Amino acid sequence: MSKQNNSFLEWIDKRFPLVSTWKEHFTEYYAPKNFNFWYFFGSLALLVLVNQLVTGIFLTMSYKPDASLAFASVEYIMRDVEFGWLIRYMHSTGASMFFVVVYLHMFRGMMYGSYRKPRELLWLIGMAIFFVLMSLAFTGYILPWGQMSYWGAQVIVSMFEAIPFIGETLHNWILGDFMLSDAALNRFFAYHVVTLPVLIVVLVFVHIIALHEVGSNNPDGIEIKENKNPETKIPVDGIPFHPYYTVKDIFGVVVFLIVFCGIIFFAPEMGGYFLEHNNFIPADTLKTPDHIAPVWYFTPYYSMLRAVTVNFLWVDAKLWGVFLMVAGVAIFCFLPWLDRSPVKSIRYKGPIFKFALTLFVISFFVLGWLGTQQPTPLYTLLAQIFSVIYFAFFILMPWYSKIDKTKPEPKRVTK
Amino acid sequence: MADSFSIDSKMSGRRKFLVAATSVAGGVAGVGIATPFVLSMMPSERAKAAGAPVEVDISKLEEGMLLMVEWRGRVVWVLERTPSMLATLEKLEPKLADPNSEKNQQPDYAKNRTRSIKPEILVVEGICTHLGCSPVFRKDIAPEDLGSDWLGGFFCPCHGSKFDLAGRVYKSVPAPTNLVVPPHTYLSDNVLLIGAESKESA
Repeated sequence: MSKQNNSFLEWIDKRFPLVSTWKEHFTEYYAPKNFNFWYFFGSLALLVLVNQLVTGIFLTMSYKPDASLAFASVEYIMRDVEFGWLIRYMHSTGASMFFVVVYLHMFRGMMYGSYRKPRELLWLIGMAIFFVLMSLAFTGYILPWGQMSYWGAQVIVSMFEAIPFIGETLHNWILGDFMLSDAALNRFFAYHVVTLPVLIVVLVFVHIIALHEVGSNNPDGIEIKENKNPETKIPVDGIPFHPYYTVKDIFGVVVFLIVFCGIIFFAPEMGGYFLEHNNFIPADTLKTPDHIAPVWYFTPYYSMLRAVTVNFLWVDAKLWGVFLMVAGVAIFCFLPWLDRSPVKSIRYKGPIFKFALTLFVISFFVLGWLGTQQPTPLYTLLAQIFSVIYFAFFILMPWYSKIDKTKPEPKRVTK
Repeated sequence: MADSFSIDSKMSGRRKFLVAATSVAGGVAGVGIATPFVLSMMPSERAKAAGAPVEVDISKLEEGMLLMVEWRGRVVWVLERTPSMLATLEKLEPKLADPNSEKNQQPDYAKNRTRSIKPEILVVEGICTHLGCSPVFRKDIAPEDLGSDWLGGFFCPCHGSKFDLAGRVYKSVPAPTNLVVPPHTYLSDNVLLIGAESKESA
């Protein structure tokens, strides 16, 4: 570095903590040296977020948030805007891939106990990001104003009607009308392009600050900060984030982009899973499509919603279904306090936890698949059984994580 | 850092009172300024004005035929039931959650077995009381997907709720109540008014 460069940096540093911030979060942020491929998904989520923000801005330049114009404006983007198809497919594929990487990121946390002390708050901030992400996906899916946009939104906002006493007023307040109409489309557009993106960016920032405060967990689930070099005060099992993990993450990005481009260029609709066929039909307020299902990332919770068919206590089935669906998402928040195992990582947990986690993953996929299917008596029964398994994973955890036979944790991280 | 949190303990009564008073005043101001923003999201005057009743000519309605009418942006069905369809209503009653329409989902003049003014003509909102999908009119008897005991009715494709040909909900389905019968009246034999009970109140 030349002398002039240094003096320029000094000039900045006297006015803004540039070098110290860079050091704290990159060159002198020590992450455990044993990260495996599961640790790609945090940085990939950030990449997808940037993709959504950038492509989203360009989509707003041609999109019209008006019930009579919205559908045609999306087709205009697809056919007449230069590279509009590419930008739109980057955005729609990005939405699904956002959930792919976030679900894998969360599963990583569940395997290695990344939600355990001292990372409870980090996990909760992550859950807040997940809620905002779901809201973003929901409001975004309404914008093309196709049949699935319309009827999907109709189902979701009708859930608020199930809330006793205030339900109807709340429903009308959310929609700005007595039914789903132009008013709602216009305001969901505002949420989708202003409110929620700002929220998610702030929350991601807070998530990273919290991560760098407590330090990253690792596949062994042991604290590298407990074993520091007495002279340098640097964890002996830690390596600087930059250049080690920046380079590793670039590799992850390249692999991800190959998959991402493959989808955009060869299967942007993903057989109806990323963009549903019915959404290429303009919204018809008089007719529900014969088969409606949400986009794949919501289907596990959607299955829970319709699994409840009997009234229980003084609450009717409809409200229970809504409650179950919300609980299915929110219950992740309690993980830090449900897990009573003496060890964090699945590597040292016993057979019961491994069995329970496997069952949980199976039930997540089965519920997800059921959510894409028409309800039949058999499928409803299956949805009920797997909803019970899904919740049992969480509710029984304080008990089975305690009695499980664990292995001793190592002193240092392993390969 | 810790000191700044423990500052309360060193505060005099007067300062505590001032901090509390400022917080309360700030809170009131916060609620005050939030009010116009929250209220701006309620249905606008234009949306409220858009609910005018609609007149429907039913002279061309045939037996077993379903007519769809839009009222307040919602779909309203007008169905002329055949005598055999009407005969199913009594048979299905043991399977229904609210066969006598006890729950307030209809005007008083539709609180009967057929849930209608004229026994054969059903006027009902085609919106599932579960989560707002529009059920499908399935007049076929004992189809494969709905089972051999299906005598015709409405089936919601979204979550599998079932209703009979009077819009009464089955037991053990997600929908909690019968379909809503909107206020309606007959201006003449062939003219139906949906959304009001007389021409004047419209």
